[in-house]
Amino acid sequence: MAILTKEEAKKIIDKVLAFSKADEMSVGLNGDRTGNIRYARNSVSTSGESTNLALSVTAVFGKRSGTATINEFDDASLEKTVRRAEEIAKLAPENPEYVPILGPQTYTETNSYIEKTAAINPDFRAKAAFDSIDPCVKKNLTAAGYLEDTTGFFAIGNSKGLFAYNKSTSVDFSITVRTADGQGSGYAIQDYNDVTKLSTKKSTEVAMQKAMASSAAKALEPGKYTVILEPAASIELLQNMMRSMDARNADEGRSFLSKKGGGIRLGEKLFDERVNIYSDPTNIEIPKAGFSGDGRPQEKVSWIENGVVKNLTYSRFWAEKKGVKAVPPPQGFIMLGGTQSLADLIKGTEKGILVTRFWYIRAVDPQTLLYTGLTRDGTFYIEKGQIKYPIKNFRFNESPVIMLNNLEAMGAPVRVNGSLIPPLKIRDFTFSSLSDAV
Amino acid sequence: MKRRDFIQLSGMGLGAMMGASIPVLGNSVSVERLLEPAADAAQKKKMADVALNAARSKGATYTDVRIGRYLQQFLFTREKNVQNIVNAESYGVGIRVIVNGTWGFAATSDVSTAGIAKCAETAVAIAKANSKIQTEPVVLAPQKGVGEVVWNTPIKKNAFEIPVQDKIDLLLKVNSEALKNGAGFVTSNMFFVNEQKYFASTDGSYIDQDVHRIWPTFTVTAIDKAAGKFKTRDAISSPMGMGYEYLDGLASEKIAGPNGLVGYRNSYDMVEDVIFAAKQAKEKLTAKSVQAGKYDLVLDPNHLGLTIHESVGHPTELDRVLGYEANYAGTSFATLDKWKTKAFNYGSKEVNIVADKTQPHTLGAVGYDDEGVPCKQWDIIKDGILVNYQATRDQVNILGETASHGCCYADNWNSVQFQRMPNISLLPGKEKLSVQDMIKGVEKGIYIVGRGSYSIDQQRYNFQFGGQLFYEIKNGQISEMIDDVAYQSNTQEFWNSCAQICDKDDYRTFGSFFDGKGQPSQVSAVSHGSSTTRFNGVNVINTGRKIG
Repeated sequence: MAILTKEEAKKIIDKVLAFSKADEMSVGLNGDRTGNIRYARNSVSTSGESTNLALSVTAVFGKRSGTATINEFDDASLEKTVRRAEEIAKLAPENPEYVPILGPQTYTETNSYIEKTAAINPDFRAKAAFDSIDPCVKKNLTAAGYLEDTTGFFAIGNSKGLFAYNKSTSVDFSITVRTADGQGSGYAIQDYNDVTKLSTKKSTEVAMQKAMASSAAKALEPGKYTVILEPAASIELLQNMMRSMDARNADEGRSFLSKKGGGIRLGEKLFDERVNIYSDPTNIEIPKAGFSGDGRPQEKVSWIENGVVKNLTYSRFWAEKKGVKAVPPPQGFIMLGGTQSLADLIKGTEKGILVTRFWYIRAVDPQTLLYTGLTRDGTFYIEKGQIKYPIKNFRFNESPVIMLNNLEAMGAPVRVNGSLIPPLKIRDFTFSSLSDAV
Repeated sequence: MKRRDFIQLSGMGLGAMMGASIPVLGNSVSVERLLEPAADAAQKKKMADVALNAARSKGATYTDVRIGRYLQQFLFTREKNVQNIVNAESYGVGIRVIVNGTWGFAATSDVSTAGIAKCAETAVAIAKANSKIQTEPVVLAPQKGVGEVVWNTPIKKNAFEIPVQDKIDLLLKVNSEALKNGAGFVTSNMFFVNEQKYFASTDGSYIDQDVHRIWPTFTVTAIDKAAGKFKTRDAISSPMGMGYEYLDGLASEKIAGPNGLVGYRNSYDMVEDVIFAAKQAKEKLTAKSVQAGKYDLVLDPNHLGLTIHESVGHPTELDRVLGYEANYAGTSFATLDKWKTKAFNYGSKEVNIVADKTQPHTLGAVGYDDEGVPCKQWDIIKDGILVNYQATRDQVNILGETASHGCCYADNWNSVQFQRMPNISLLPGKEKLSVQDMIKGVEKGIYIVGRGSYSIDQQRYNFQFGGQLFYEIKNGQISEMIDDVAYQSNTQEFWNSCAQICDKDDYRTFGSFFDGKGQPSQVSAVSHGSSTTRFNGVNVINTGRKIG
């Protein structure tokens, strides 16, 4: 019941809109079924499943808007929700930044739903956990992992005739393997729309190998090093940078994209010319909905091209004020890379550090996008193209803007957290202190 | 997590909260709906008994049920505009069972008799499926049933009863004062939470609780367009386990600090604080950049609270110590073997840290935890020595104790309860000492106020903290405001450098309103009390950079 078809969703939305007495009305309808299994110390700790189906109605009078939500779908409940949204709207303060709703839009077809993922059940999850725990037990290692699967749909419609529908599935898996003496730790992560691509066993083997290889780590002096960042390490820094590409903040003078003396750095070359980042909801590796929550189409957008800032995200209000196209923030992004594998990048490195993962990344200075955080679960010293020995974890203080100027080489992009990211080789990456943590 | 809505704050100029997302846990409802009473206790007892009986009949050896109504009201403004008002309600039932020594959990928003019974069956089925690969059967500490009891947060003004217009008027007044006093931009927000939760278990407990929390906050931004620079200053309010009376701004609850600064105890003057903030944000634009090196740090309670949270609160969570959080939050350096020596010097002799779920006005104060255990206070660090942890019913046996510490919490009826941090607080110094007198004794130091950037490793050794305001101390006196300050240390080294703690007159609580932990991630709210404290010879770095 929680996953409605396009026709079922449209029928409910149309019914809601027919009750409207407001100047404008928007309706959102979403449902999902999500399940998870969590384990630690080689045993299952918690596991659960929940379903949800909810309708959200926003009524607008002039520049006043109000939203009400419900999870009952009989006619009386739907009408009551419409009336409630209208009552809330009438009492709401005027929003001077209100922009009228969009009319019908044309959306690109995307496919982010896979039947086999939607069919995951508690037995599948228990088996996935067992496939991860069992090899660890056999090698006297300790597994802690988490698997979560979601099947859901989202539909929007409004009183100007806009309608959009998307159905999607996802599965996310992460695993940390530790040695029995607590001196080694390894990590691996996978996320897909299609569960048939997932192998908890294979991921676990990567984490096991890293755990065993990271025992008895040596301490290196903090300082500037050439690093190879695996995609699981660089993703959060890159995501943070992409989320900071808001035009309004830049125009207001409070962004890394604000210019000295006023103005914004759109069109400026801020990164190495090999840096290219774009988003595309139709990409088959990371398919997304063809529309954003407010009904704007999600299109292929180039954000950084040959190191030049090509586009910023705009709210509809700010775009109207500036007389430009209102480009919504993307749901995931693609960073172009090379063809080399991670192993090739290591082979081509004279001296450097391989980073599996960063942890506890926090903004230090929004002006320069300076972030701090630490390496975790597998950090290794590379010499003459080979991994020489494990090293103790470092704290870093670095900006993704500086990092993408110090680019040495890139490997082939892989999917991580819904984006496609290449392994990155970066020179002069700033490690500021040592950590004893394993 | 995909099953929740988040309000992304990245584009809202929220300073230290930049990039944070605020979880909204329920359906959007009208303001009036927030004031409707919950189902009465008799009705909830009936519903609970349906769950207990259904689970028992399917083979559960222990069951607890939580019938929860969770209310949230969040208000967001910037400059002259109200950006968003969220009124949310979430109502449903969460059922946890033990079958074959294995936990199972299921939750439903269908609170009919059939819906609850089906949910109990699902919980049992999940426990049975997982028991096949279970290697560590649950050992539950005994808990005598407490019968039918009631506990309410002692509030004077229910924030949900205060008209929305009054709240907007205050926030817009705050914004206008900020702009008048030199801010280029300002955002101000209020967060109100009310948990109406009913707990019942096969131990014979039926516990009805009404819990309130409040957090007013803002960020002002000062801009120097010519120089291409901007600086922010966040509110130095604290989230509290109080009603709207926290915003009364009582003079009796203000604490005069050095350099004209004001601290707030159990009452907050938001307008006064924003006027200070606007002026200080402007001052930060031209403040001297810190010279990196070793300094003695004098840390205000509104700053030190987060350092306590990260470097004492999290490492002494027993589930982390045991490895249950290894894949996400991490493990802990404060291992059982260190604790067993009864001689592990976590800090200097000055350091006494208590866990407490009873302290009035705090975020962690409740009558009973989410597995029906009455709340209490206990020592974590005594005279610098690690003496205990934070534990739940299924963990406390590992410490050789027979009663749970009462540290179990779930952020919603549809989340499974697990070990969460109680209030963790540093006791004030026993000898009379003011902040001004403490500063007099410092030759080369930095006085730090407010919550800034924070990061710590997964075993809680190495940390780095920023702040809101930094003042250089030279020869016993504050010389000037400085900027680009962050300090780095190792937890044990840092707490062993603790040299002096101000007395109880300076004691205040800091709070974390949206502390995240677990997979799927859950939030919880927790307070940390302290008086201003001095740490000697801490490594300070300069965080100033240039790009492009």
